Amino acid sequence: MRGRLVLVIAVVLGATAAVAATAGRTPAPVIERATKGERCVEDTATMRRNHMRMLEHQRDDTVHGGIRGAKHSLKGCIDCHASATTGSVAAAPGDFCVSCHAYAAVKIDCFDCHATKPAAGAVGVRR
Amino acid sequence: MSARPPGGGTPGKPQPAPESAARRAWLGVAAAGLAGVVLAPGIRLIEVAQAQSTGGSPGGGADPKVRWGLLIDTTRCASGCTECVDACNRENGLGTPSRSTDARWIRKVEIKEIRTGRTASLPVMCQHCASPPCVDVCPTGASFKRADGIVLVDRHTCIGCRYCMMACPYKARSFVHEPLTGQLPDVPRGKGCVESCTLCVHRIDRGEKTTACAQACTQAGHGAIVFGDLNDPASEISRRIREIQTTQLRADLRLDPGVRYHGI
Repeated sequence: MRGRLVLVIAVVLGATAAVAATAGRTPAPVIERATKGERCVEDTATMRRNHMRMLEHQRDDTVHGGIRGAKHSLKGCIDCHASATTGSVAAAPGDFCVSCHAYAAVKIDCFDCHATKPAAGAVGVRR
Repeated sequence: MSARPPGGGTPGKPQPAPESAARRAWLGVAAAGLAGVVLAPGIRLIEVAQAQSTGGSPGGGADPKVRWGLLIDTTRCASGCTECVDACNRENGLGTPSRSTDARWIRKVEIKEIRTGRTASLPVMCQHCASPPCVDVCPTGASFKRADGIVLVDRHTCIGCRYCMMACPYKARSFVHEPLTGQLPDVPRGKGCVESCTLCVHRIDRGEKTTACAQACTQAGHGAIVFGDLNDPASEISRRIREIQTTQLRADLRLDPGVRYHGI
């Protein structure tokens, strides 16, 4: 009887430890695959490290210079990375932009103004 | 005597070495400066070329040879008609304004000459001045004029001080007081920024030749709004303003607005 109790406790503890090991202390970001397009405008490591600089650089060209359709556009990101379920990059906690930014504790205000969903009839990645 | 270090020079010629060193240093600085000057425009040219090759639209950006403007023929503008205002609200995702503080990019104004009783109806939007006072007063540089004459607000730098709203003699600008949802992808807009008519800049950059208001007015059968390039003598707007008498609102302020009115 006592031996069985010890066994049950051991199994429960083991299971808890296994769950804790896989989940970690913080929930890791869920990166949903892009719905459209074959590949991103830059490789993944560059995008993860530098996407904010690309967006910031291009936004000035677009707003002040009227240069549209260049490669590093926020609209381009949204066209491909909008979630298949919510249709947005920032509507649900698991959506593309939000999941990483919540993990990294970086508050972005892009979507206070910018639409989080692609335009109806958006064609996805441009090249 | 023989132990004198080389380069010490005879008393007759000590000068050449320091002089050439100074010249070399100067050349180095000049070369560095030149490299910087050449590199920066080079990078930008490549970007422009990429933008042109990637976009399906012209994509080359605002053309400094162009000056976009509007002609409003108030003799054709129907009193009570709000086709242009509604089209603007739809195009830019403004919704239907319900409160006095909601954003309005076009206002329909009814005017009456008291002595004669003659009335006219006209839409008033941002007049896209050549010398815009909103740009003069903006403390952050958010209010600016594009190379093709369109006056815009860069919402990334706007701090919402509303100084431009005070400076504008046409009451053309609105401030967004409340958080917004459901913005259109082409027209980002949000709380805390000032905004006004953009002459449908997203359409122009796509290569389209008309604004939402002009298109709606034409479709409604009035044809009171003509959009076009004021610098191109062959454009319809240039031909019309050559043929008919037009005036700029508050021409006495000498702001040279890009919107001209006929019949007021």
